[in-house]
Amino acid sequence: MNKHLLSAADLTREDALSILDTAAELARVTDRAVKKLPTLRGRTVVNLFFEDSTRTRISFEAAAKRLSADVITFSAKGSSVSKGESLKDTALTLEAMGADAVIVRHGASGAPHRLAHSGWIEGVVINAGDGTHEHPTQALLDAFTLRQHLGELEGRRVVVVGDVLHSRVARSNVLLLHTLGAEVTLVAPPTLMPVGVDSWPCEVSYDLDEALPGADAVMMLRVQAERMNAAYFPTSNEYSRRYGLDVRRAGLLADDGIVLHPGPMNRGMEITAEVADGPRSVIVEQVTNGVHVRMAVLYLLLGVADAPEEAAE
Amino acid sequence: MITVLRDVRPYGEDAVDITWSEGVITGISPTGASAPPQGARVLDGRGLIVLPGFVDLHTHLREPGREDAETIASGTAAAALGGFTAVHAMANTTPVADTAGVVEQVWRRGVEAGYCDVHPVGAVTVGLQGERLAELGAMADSAARVRVFSDDGVCVSDPVLMRRALEYVKAFDGVIAQHAQDPRLTEGAQMNESALSGVLGLRGWPAVAEEAIIARDLLLAQHVGSRVHICHLSTRGSVDIVRWAKERGVDVTAEVTPHHLILTEELARTYDPRYKVNPPLRTADDVEAVRAGLEDGTIDAVATDHAPHAREDKDCEWAAGAFGMLGLETAFPVVVETMVVPGRLDWRAVADRMSVRPARIGRLADQGRPLAVGEPAHLVVVDPDAVWDVDPSRSPSRSANTPFLGRQMRGAVVHTVLRGRPTVVDGVLA
Repeated sequence: MNKHLLSAADLTREDALSILDTAAELARVTDRAVKKLPTLRGRTVVNLFFEDSTRTRISFEAAAKRLSADVITFSAKGSSVSKGESLKDTALTLEAMGADAVIVRHGASGAPHRLAHSGWIEGVVINAGDGTHEHPTQALLDAFTLRQHLGELEGRRVVVVGDVLHSRVARSNVLLLHTLGAEVTLVAPPTLMPVGVDSWPCEVSYDLDEALPGADAVMMLRVQAERMNAAYFPTSNEYSRRYGLDVRRAGLLADDGIVLHPGPMNRGMEITAEVADGPRSVIVEQVTNGVHVRMAVLYLLLGVADAPEEAAE
Repeated sequence: MITVLRDVRPYGEDAVDITWSEGVITGISPTGASAPPQGARVLDGRGLIVLPGFVDLHTHLREPGREDAETIASGTAAAALGGFTAVHAMANTTPVADTAGVVEQVWRRGVEAGYCDVHPVGAVTVGLQGERLAELGAMADSAARVRVFSDDGVCVSDPVLMRRALEYVKAFDGVIAQHAQDPRLTEGAQMNESALSGVLGLRGWPAVAEEAIIARDLLLAQHVGSRVHICHLSTRGSVDIVRWAKERGVDVTAEVTPHHLILTEELARTYDPRYKVNPPLRTADDVEAVRAGLEDGTIDAVATDHAPHAREDKDCEWAAGAFGMLGLETAFPVVVETMVVPGRLDWRAVADRMSVRPARIGRLADQGRPLAVGEPAHLVVVDPDAVWDVDPSRSPSRSANTPFLGRQMRGAVVHTVLRGRPTVVDGVLA
């Protein structure tokens, strides 16, 4: 496994399965009354969040704490951090404090890559979402959730719908699900597809009703209503009609097909409340699984050799 | 003082001795035909090639305003080391070079520094705001005698304003040098728009944003009978459009930067802003197209777009990084590697693209002249086979943002002579 986790492309099939299997073990262990493992005792994990993301930050915090790491959370949002010099200075500060791992969320694509390769810090860098680039742990928790419901992903069909152009979740999911052998179809209006998407390892469709029948899962991406002001689509109503997931469309999935959403949802925009709260929805499970997967990532990247059971004793 | 450059090959042809005095070439004779006059200064040119001094149409010297990144003295020293005897200083300084006062100041500071001639480029619009014309005539009539006008850094995107500018400068034989970039198509753009920008999650700068403005401006120039110059053309489509316009007799000239001749968008994979530039590095296919354009003369000039930036403006994440890269000291070796070694340009053609045509575009009467008796002694003496490592710590430039850091270059400037006075001898500032 690479030293850092910057992109889902960093993970081989073996790496990904190792993370998912470890996450499953950890899920079992932490299912007890005492949720804590001593594994990362004495190690320092820094949450470096240049962008608001309460759920991802809390998820990483919980993961690190359950492994007994010392957790420092640095929220740069709201401080005067807006220029890159601050990324460097912040990194140097964290390095001086002896961070073993830095979990970074940043509005600029590639910022975690810069942190990992600039020589500013020595520790492990984990990408917790960078600009419109990637969000690999989100893809891992999605894969974990899919696996729980569908078993092995080889040959499974997953439809990803929404603002692919601006979505780091979509990029990471396409890469990881492809690595795991699933067949991914991206669905969006052509304005929200990136140039060159035809070279990605997936199918592309502009028609949701055509893509959904028989699919094993559908993942709805958040679509910001502001995109309409930049003429990506005419109105949010038209978007919902063409690309929103309602009960009728959810019914096109395979019988045991499930509905995912990375959150936060725009109920009524990309997904109706009935579907979000309906029987196919695994959206709340995704949040729980996020902690397990992030524990597994920290566990494996911080180079802990012991198996979780032994460490737990 | 009489100076003799001995045993040097003009345009790579037969070796001669070149003598000059008072800044004017006074003799060219076969090597060793006569001994140097008593008391003459002698420069050794053995094994070397002499060309007319290079002329850069596109240089950012940052003074006034960003003297932390570059000054007229430091930038022109780098220019001399790169073989240039004249540079055009772009107008996007603080204050903007949009009045006679600012352009005269820049011009005078160039004379004081003495490393190479500095010809200020005047802003087309007041403050580069794209709203109303700057006093172009006043700049033309000033001591700086401005002939090239550009809002470089931003595009003159308003078609009416562009038309008026093209027409207006005809009164004093000026030219508008357009930074071709449709602003709406490139809002927030970070790199070439391509499959790679999609993968990297960096907002794309599509080729059409350059090509559409070039096409519009060529048609405008044709309509009003003006000449127009295209800055840093970077795409295959742009080359095709300029070639088409030249065939139709439009009075257009175009330049390409050294970095667009050799580097591609693949470097964005590093997310290192060292490789962030505007227009962005394009694809290998575009690189081949601009080389072909320079070879067949569709592209008239190599222009550096030397763009120094302070350390902190590059030592950051990609999105926060400034656009631009150094170019003066590496332009010649890039041309050697991409054009001379593959046999696409001979030495006369190198002189044409790096000296003769840029001087003509800038209406510089005493630059880009032939190597002949009676002509001004603006010379560059080069060793096309010398190999050297790029090391910004050895450069007089105040900035270090070269895209060729740690790279080995082939082709070196040995001597540079400005108006008969050596500014560089044996690769060192004189």
